[in-house]
Amino acid sequence: MATAPGGLPTASDGLSEHGHDPDATGHFGRYGGRFMPEALIAAVDEVAAEYDKARHDPEFLAELDRLQRDYAGRPSPVTDARRLSEHAGGARILLKREDLNHTGSHKINNVLGQALLTQRMGKTRVIAETGAGQHGVATATAAALLGLDCMVYMGEVDTERQALNVARMRLLGAEVVPVTTGSRTLKDALNEAYRDWVATVGHTHYVLGTAAGPHPFPMMVRDFHRVIGLEARAQVLERYDRLPDAVVACVGGGSNAIGIFHPFLDDSAVRLVGCEAAGDGVDTGRHAASIGGGTPGALHGALTYLLQDEDGQTIESHSISAGLDYPGVGPEHSFLHDIGRAEYVPVTDTEAMDAFRLLCRTEGIIPAIESAHAVAGAVRLGRELGPDATILVNLSGRGDKDVDTAARWFDVVDAEALPTDPPAQDQPEATGEREL
Amino acid sequence: MTTAKTGLTVLDEVFTTAKAEDRAALIAYLPAGYPTVRGSTGLLTQALEAGADLVEVGLPYSDPVLDGPVIQHAVDTALRGGVRVRDTLTVVETLAARGGRAVVMTYWNPVLRYGPEAFARDLASAGGLGVITPDLVPDEENGWLAATTATGIAPIFLVAPSSTEQRIADTAAASRGFLYTASTMGVTGARDAVSDTAKALVERTRRHTDLPLGVGLGVRSGGQASEVASFADGVIVGSALVSAAEHGRAAVARLTSELAAGVRGNHTGR
Repeated sequence: MATAPGGLPTASDGLSEHGHDPDATGHFGRYGGRFMPEALIAAVDEVAAEYDKARHDPEFLAELDRLQRDYAGRPSPVTDARRLSEHAGGARILLKREDLNHTGSHKINNVLGQALLTQRMGKTRVIAETGAGQHGVATATAAALLGLDCMVYMGEVDTERQALNVARMRLLGAEVVPVTTGSRTLKDALNEAYRDWVATVGHTHYVLGTAAGPHPFPMMVRDFHRVIGLEARAQVLERYDRLPDAVVACVGGGSNAIGIFHPFLDDSAVRLVGCEAAGDGVDTGRHAASIGGGTPGALHGALTYLLQDEDGQTIESHSISAGLDYPGVGPEHSFLHDIGRAEYVPVTDTEAMDAFRLLCRTEGIIPAIESAHAVAGAVRLGRELGPDATILVNLSGRGDKDVDTAARWFDVVDAEALPTDPPAQDQPEATGEREL
Repeated sequence: MTTAKTGLTVLDEVFTTAKAEDRAALIAYLPAGYPTVRGSTGLLTQALEAGADLVEVGLPYSDPVLDGPVIQHAVDTALRGGVRVRDTLTVVETLAARGGRAVVMTYWNPVLRYGPEAFARDLASAGGLGVITPDLVPDEENGWLAATTATGIAPIFLVAPSSTEQRIADTAAASRGFLYTASTMGVTGARDAVSDTAKALVERTRRHTDLPLGVGLGVRSGGQASEVASFADGVIVGSALVSAAEHGRAAVARLTSELAAGVRGNHTGR
């Protein structure tokens, strides 16, 4: 096993046994499982068996650590956001900088692991679904690196609002397929990826992009992202000689959140706060808050909280953030919610965009709009907890892809505010009225 | 059961009758609510009158991951038209009242949301004979087998070319009425040729069960129906009938007649 600079834990440590695995067929309490066509059961069984071998294989673990260090740039730093703190009740806000990874988000952690697994299985082609395009870009990147064919399914609506990432994927040699069925967003991209996989499973691995879907994906994707929390926990302990009071992350499918939460599960004093995309507001019905505004059901392979109507039909989600615009959530989050170990709070489009601008202006960091939801949640929590608090935020991605969306937002909604510095301690009027 | 015949008993008769006539049963799929609820009842009635031994009434669902473009389009149309779960039950009830034999084909979440026990009960009282669940494997049945058994309807699961021997055995053991044998690795949709994997899967599956085996995915002509009927107990046709339904009742009647001749070994089509 490689040693990271500073003696930090490495990606392979994320795959070691930790006592929080689901049962043998992937159930976290009542959630998870495999609600899948029989035709794909053999494929997910194969992935589960191969992952189980890989996580105990020193060669695989060494190669994962090597790529994470020399290619993706791990470990990612933790930044003390001192100017942002002034807007967050004086609380210390620490940013885990997954935005600095190669390809610009946490997604590379999972993709490197699954691409190596694809090679182990002797498969030559990968497919992926993508919403914001970050997972698609990461998959296209890993496919180029390892010489795999790559096809990415992306809702037509998302190909328009994330055009930059479409171009990036094509530059990397991937074929991008705009999906025109249903709501033409992430959920429909997932449907198309499953339809592809059932016909091509002999030579194709489906690189699922979040900690959701059928077993073993929620467990395996989580493990590939556990390095985020393992590093951050060690970095905070080493620098401040204490654990954070809270860990905050955005939750769509929830892979960056489960990655940073997980190593803190047994630290019962540490609050785990997931920020769901509340769109126009959970009470408007136009949102993507599956836990805050949904009910348990089966979609895309797992039993979990969903946005669904009284007939069990999926309700279309709404969020300014393409990466959070999904009507379901990873099953382990549903479990952590029900047992009360993690709390899930809504963050509206307006709150997220206010936080987006605030982070740009105070720290010189343009976040992904997804991650801006977490920043908004942390600012709110800081005001609640006050200056003695330490809050760790997963800054899961950078905002280059969102510059166009942000420019439109501020022109249309807040044009006058754009040129001025946001006033310290004066955000509540501009942000939403919800309390954490 | 205190009633004269359970749904399961009637379903068994479909296959014993066909077998006595030395042929396979013809099973026709069309979704409820396409093009309208009344329209779908009419099309399904037409299929039964033109020679289908059993119909599968599709329950429209927003995320049909095992369906190709033809059926996706039809269920999208049905959902945009406002079809509800209870409409599917109404269609079954109307067909059953006319002496038609019907099972429901549904993805799992609508049943889960309705309540599996309530769904089994209401389908049984509507006269439905069973439920095919393409995205539910027996491993996750969680009370569904008990609910269907209690109401005398058949839980019908799928086996696929990728299924292991153990999974075929387990899936067959959980199924009643018949077993849905997926002819190929892929989504629903008419294909030019029946794949060789269908016959191989039927032969593998026969070693594990005496249940009738229905073969679905890809059959579109009398010739293909005849070919499948030579090794299977039931021939399931979906997408081709949905395509025909776009042209109205007469087109459905014409294709069904061709397929009915096919399962009897007489076919004029390819």
